[in-house]
Amino acid sequence: MQSLLKFITCGSVDDGKSTLIGHMLYDAKLLFADQERALELDSKVGSRNGEVDYSLLLDGLMAEREQGITIDVAYRYFSTENRSFIVADTPGHEEYTRNMAVGASYADLAVVLIDASQGVLVQTKRHTRICALMGIKHFVFAVNKMDLVGYDQEKFKAIKKDIRMMTAEYELESMHIIPVSATEGDNITMKSDNMTWYKDDTLLGYLEKIDVHHVEDEDGFLLPVQRVVRPDHTFRGFQGQVRAGSLKIGDAITVLPSKETANVKSLLVGDVKVDEIVNGQPVTIELDKEIDVSRGCVICKDRKLEVSNLLSTRLLWMDDSHLVAGKNYFLKLGTKMIPATVMNIKYKLDVNEGTHIPVDRIYKNEIAKCEIAVSDKIAFDCFDDNENLGSFILIDRVTNMTSACGIVLHSLRRSDNLTWQELDITRQFRAEQKGQQPKTLWFTGLSGAGKSTLANALEQRLVSMGKHTMLLDGDNIRMGLNRNLGFKEQDRIENIRRVAEVAKLMNDAGLIVLTSFISPYANDRQRAREIIGTEDFVEIYVAASLEECEKRDVKGLYQRARKGEIPNFTGITSPYEVPEHPDITINTADKAVEDCVDDIIKILGLEA
Amino acid sequence: MKTLSHLDELEAEAIYIMREVAAECEKPVMLYSIGKDSSVMLHLAMKAFYPEKPPFPFLHVDTTWKFSDMIAFRDRVAKEKGITMLAYTNEEGVAQGINPFDHGSAYTDIMKTQALKQALAKYGFTAAFGGGRRDEEKSRAKERIFSFRNEAQAWDPKNQRPEMWSLYNTKIKKGESIRVFPISNWTEKDIWQYIKRENIEIVPLYFAAERPVVERDGNIIMVDDDRMKLLPGEEVQMKKVRFRTLGCYPLTGGMESDAETLDEIIEETLSAVSSERTSRVIDHEAAGSMERRKREGYF
Repeated sequence: MQSLLKFITCGSVDDGKSTLIGHMLYDAKLLFADQERALELDSKVGSRNGEVDYSLLLDGLMAEREQGITIDVAYRYFSTENRSFIVADTPGHEEYTRNMAVGASYADLAVVLIDASQGVLVQTKRHTRICALMGIKHFVFAVNKMDLVGYDQEKFKAIKKDIRMMTAEYELESMHIIPVSATEGDNITMKSDNMTWYKDDTLLGYLEKIDVHHVEDEDGFLLPVQRVVRPDHTFRGFQGQVRAGSLKIGDAITVLPSKETANVKSLLVGDVKVDEIVNGQPVTIELDKEIDVSRGCVICKDRKLEVSNLLSTRLLWMDDSHLVAGKNYFLKLGTKMIPATVMNIKYKLDVNEGTHIPVDRIYKNEIAKCEIAVSDKIAFDCFDDNENLGSFILIDRVTNMTSACGIVLHSLRRSDNLTWQELDITRQFRAEQKGQQPKTLWFTGLSGAGKSTLANALEQRLVSMGKHTMLLDGDNIRMGLNRNLGFKEQDRIENIRRVAEVAKLMNDAGLIVLTSFISPYANDRQRAREIIGTEDFVEIYVAASLEECEKRDVKGLYQRARKGEIPNFTGITSPYEVPEHPDITINTADKAVEDCVDDIIKILGLEA
Repeated sequence: MKTLSHLDELEAEAIYIMREVAAECEKPVMLYSIGKDSSVMLHLAMKAFYPEKPPFPFLHVDTTWKFSDMIAFRDRVAKEKGITMLAYTNEEGVAQGINPFDHGSAYTDIMKTQALKQALAKYGFTAAFGGGRRDEEKSRAKERIFSFRNEAQAWDPKNQRPEMWSLYNTKIKKGESIRVFPISNWTEKDIWQYIKRENIEIVPLYFAAERPVVERDGNIIMVDDDRMKLLPGEEVQMKKVRFRTLGCYPLTGGMESDAETLDEIIEETLSAVSSERTSRVIDHEAAGSMERRKREGYF
């Protein structure tokens, strides 16, 4: 049985990554004849003046060929007599770091290229750091373009020293440094005659024999449940891929986070009945009794996992828009998808020096330590103990972009000290006492659009109909409860979060709440909707054009903002994200206030 | 502890992906082309959800120019496995008489790309499994396992979502869809070895037999029915041929071969001097033609 090695090539732009892999495939006679012919044809029109340009084998996208750069990770498959390989060739440009990280998350070993004439660069350090972050424990440093420095051993020694300094902070299981020339083929598959001072393996020779098999410290069993299979009433099974250890029929298991227990009744690998399942297999587990197990639960044996709703993490930010504390995302960990909030940013990691820099926002391609809260307790592990249950992604709730990937450092236990106290008088009782259905009517729109005027008029109407109401107005709240908040993005997010929590409490008390806040970000309104509950939340978009609002300028704010006297003013220097699917849209430009109120009452179904 | 073989690892990865889609996506479908990769995909799906049947239908885009053996195979397999098989044909194209002889690349666009788009829109599928592999072609080598399509079902290769570890992000907006390639990391050799190991039935056209063929532009084309128009100077000969890929018979080049068994096919594949896509006539177009078609919605 042949073993499989998944590796990536990375390093700074123009260090020759694609050329290296191309040359390896070419030399090792691993190309089909038609690919070889296409390569020679392509090279005639390429940039190497008719010499074979090996990088063309991998740069497959049209934009890549046009620009002569690698944009996205390319996967190549080859095997020699000794081993099968999957190689991910990754882009070197900082702009495409996240694509490089995609390759790194799939690999067991990294081949980091370094241009001998340039030495260790910032991008070399960044890539090494990201590889280490993604869990790679085996590194090969290929000091490339040795032909350009006259195959100088002293030059190689100096770079070798720099590499050792750079990697000192990581806990690597293996590391090897090889002088090569990717264009000329020195030490790629054959020993170089130009560097007789290098006695060790060639690159391919080394990759064929390096053992990357990870020996697990713990032997407990872990299976994150992917789905429940129930073909008929006689069978209920839990499907997933084993992520640690082994399990036999009759074994006692625990389900997390519920901590319920049961014994194993039957086991399937694919469609075959077996007595034992092992790490990596796609399985179905049947238990001896009915317990509550659903997607996202973890079935364990002899293995302790963390169960908490607060995680300390290190993450790589990949989104074009930046991260600030307080923003809300979906977190996917194992098979669990759950709403999450980045509570705070502890620090940013300087990729060059490894030092910690205190910051309040994180931009694309930066690595940061953050604390994350999820909406319910989940089962997870530290990344160092289990890669699968210790890694996660964050998904933007509006764009659906995979905004970050990260690893769990440890859990934060302070959440364990708080438990929800059930109350004897229920929300329903309080609502029935007032003879109404509690709701939060969330008005959003530009300053001057007419939110407060409309909310006021609507509240008067509701009260005259005998309803119990409360109006939360932006300016008023900022003078009291939210006095300590300014207008920077993270303050605005916190402002809205508090208002949503207060509105929810008032809904619990049985009140109909009207809120009047600009609430410019779709993400925050979405979060308010989740805090308050979709069934109780009514988003009312008070639509008025910027020109119209600026013309009205009741408070003279637009004039001052235009003069630059008010920073971060929505519509002028700060964006307003128009609701995509508001529950109600009111256009105040062409209607009297009372008519608008009539419309809302009607849509809410509250007419007498 | 026991470690998994190379094929076991690939199988586990594919099954994991299929289960993720079934669990998270609203309305999945599995595209079924009747070829060997589709046979492997169907086999994996039967395993992934056992003892249930796959919780989604299968869809075959029928250009009406497939080998007749393929259609017979499709119908029999669907019945035996007890799965739902939808067949879709672009009837407008049929009415216009679009055919592979007279219409070249327009044929591929209308009867395959447009037909697929129409079918996905008709049923409102939000995720479609395909049997694409990264070793097939250079732009495929760059495609994610979960590959997103905008409302026009087009692919944006410059802006692919990051795909980390096995944490697949399946979130989409209304109108968008996902193409999912569970066997992205398999090679042609892996496919054959798996077919042998699992004893998977494939269309007999993969095995060498005496067949009526003509030579055209360096390709061996089988005369599958009387719609095949012969060009001046062409004559039908009986030759022992087999096919490495299967598609529309006028566009699928065969190869002369004596490989009548799986072992012989594997032997031939291992020592092959050309990659499998050379036998697809459309792939000989300009560099980047596959990427261009994918951006336009081709699978």
